Amino acid sequence: MIELAGLTKRYGEKVAVNNLTFTVRPGIVTGFLGPNGAGKSTTMRMMLGLDRPTAGDVRIDGKHYDQLKDPLTYIGALLDAKAMHGGRSAFNHLLCLAQSNGIPKKRVDEVLDTVGLTAVARKKAKGFSLGMGQRLGIAGALLGDPQILMFDEPVNGLDPEGIHWIRNLMKSLAAQGRTVFVSSHLMSEMALTADHLVVIGQGRLLADTSMADFIAQNSRSYVRIRTPQRERLLDVLHAAGVTVVETGNGTLEVDGSKSEYIGELAAQHQLVLHELSPQQASLEEAFMQLTAESVEYHAHSDTPVDAPLPPQQQWGDGWKGK
Amino acid sequence: MAATQVIRSEWTKIRSVASTVWTLSLAVVVTIGLGILISALSKNEFDNMSREDKLSFDPTFISFAGMSLGQLAMIVFGVLVVSNEYSTGMIRTSLAAVPQRGSFLVSKIAVATGLSLAVGLVTSFLTFFLGQAMLGSHRAEIGDPGVLRAVIGGGVYMTLIAMFSMGVAAMLRSPMLSLGILMPFFFLISNILGNVSATKKIGRYLPDQAGSKIMQVVTPINDDTPYGPWGGLGIMALWVAAALIGGYVLLKKRDA
Repeated sequence: MIELAGLTKRYGEKVAVNNLTFTVRPGIVTGFLGPNGAGKSTTMRMMLGLDRPTAGDVRIDGKHYDQLKDPLTYIGALLDAKAMHGGRSAFNHLLCLAQSNGIPKKRVDEVLDTVGLTAVARKKAKGFSLGMGQRLGIAGALLGDPQILMFDEPVNGLDPEGIHWIRNLMKSLAAQGRTVFVSSHLMSEMALTADHLVVIGQGRLLADTSMADFIAQNSRSYVRIRTPQRERLLDVLHAAGVTVVETGNGTLEVDGSKSEYIGELAAQHQLVLHELSPQQASLEEAFMQLTAESVEYHAHSDTPVDAPLPPQQQWGDGWKGK
Repeated sequence: MAATQVIRSEWTKIRSVASTVWTLSLAVVVTIGLGILISALSKNEFDNMSREDKLSFDPTFISFAGMSLGQLAMIVFGVLVVSNEYSTGMIRTSLAAVPQRGSFLVSKIAVATGLSLAVGLVTSFLTFFLGQAMLGSHRAEIGDPGVLRAVIGGGVYMTLIAMFSMGVAAMLRSPMLSLGILMPFFFLISNILGNVSATKKIGRYLPDQAGSKIMQVVTPINDDTPYGPWGGLGIMALWVAAALIGGYVLLKKRDA
């Protein structure tokens, strides 16, 4: 369990993380979603005690990060795949982490096996591909067999096989009852892995909801209709109390998922339909809309509303008056 | 968090990167090689020296002549041990594993210092005995007054140079910036300040000028240095303490 309370980070004038309060619960995958620069990585660094919050508090199982004895056995994190010394072998990288937290040496071999790097364990990390580096970072997160796992953009730069592997890993870790917190800037990725969703934009909390609720609330479903007998159909639908939106290209749209009802209505009145298709706005669109508002809000709040306009000056004003 | 865990971890870190081996072996080879060369040349020059120079002749100190260059390799070692963490991004992984930044820095510096001291002492004894062998009839014996102190002091001097560099690197973080300041400082600026009469009084309080006094057995004629070998080493130790405290304070305060 990770609890954030009023977490705020300010860099000079700029507020990177603004009063975030939410809880990451065990047993599910919690997605941490926001556009690039929304403050996800800063928030995660503060969770790990790497960056100091300007205000507010993060607690891991009720304790501050630096109060944890052998923190890697409580929480494992993949922050970025390149956070390691390239000249050190994969084995030694994990060994020095294990030793610092009193984790037995044999655990290093175990996690190397879990992520499939046993064959290159003695190779220097700088020769690793992005995907291998990511796997090594994940091995480091799993090292202490922690109950909480945190991944910052884990699928970045991975091939489809690697992405598939990470998705399954996160789901199985959550199924074992662990707390899994994963950030992404891709809604589509979250839709496939996360059970719960925390959305931020411009450092502010925009949504803290279950994935199912988010989908229900944010994906507009409607029915698209094309018909040669447009006027008659409009009358029929109007008489039945159905609200219709006419779009520019000769199609009609009806909010909600009432395709069966509309089809039956058209059949009763012997109307010809060329298309009757239930549609769903993508989650990506919903996410874009949600975060776009936060960008807009920010821009407005920066501009003084009733600031006097600068006096208009015309070319030649300087000498014409004389 | 048991301190031994972090020490063990830092030992794994230091032994598993190539830079440790090449910087330390370069320090050994350069210090000894140059020491032998200059000892051999001094022996041939001795008969042509003035009476004054002959009275100031310090065979022990001459065998340590290679240290002026060898210390540069110790500086690189000290800088890389600390700044590697920052230049590679490893620091975030390290501090997530050991959030007590004080014990992280102390363990890292303790391990690197122990290794420097071992290498420094071996270098110092080897360069002394090989240098004396080159000096022939002008040589000093390890049992002569002050000689053992000078030889052990040589190893301590190399260690303190490395520690000072670790402190500076902990403050500056960037290896290029740290080396760009330390290398010219110790190789050029300190020498210039120490040899120009106008700045000599300030120059001799610089860490290397003060610290190298520990390797002197014969005090040169007309030497007006206001401190002795131990006083000099103490001045150098103060510089080291200041650099390390500075590094600790900044590490404690800064975001990783």
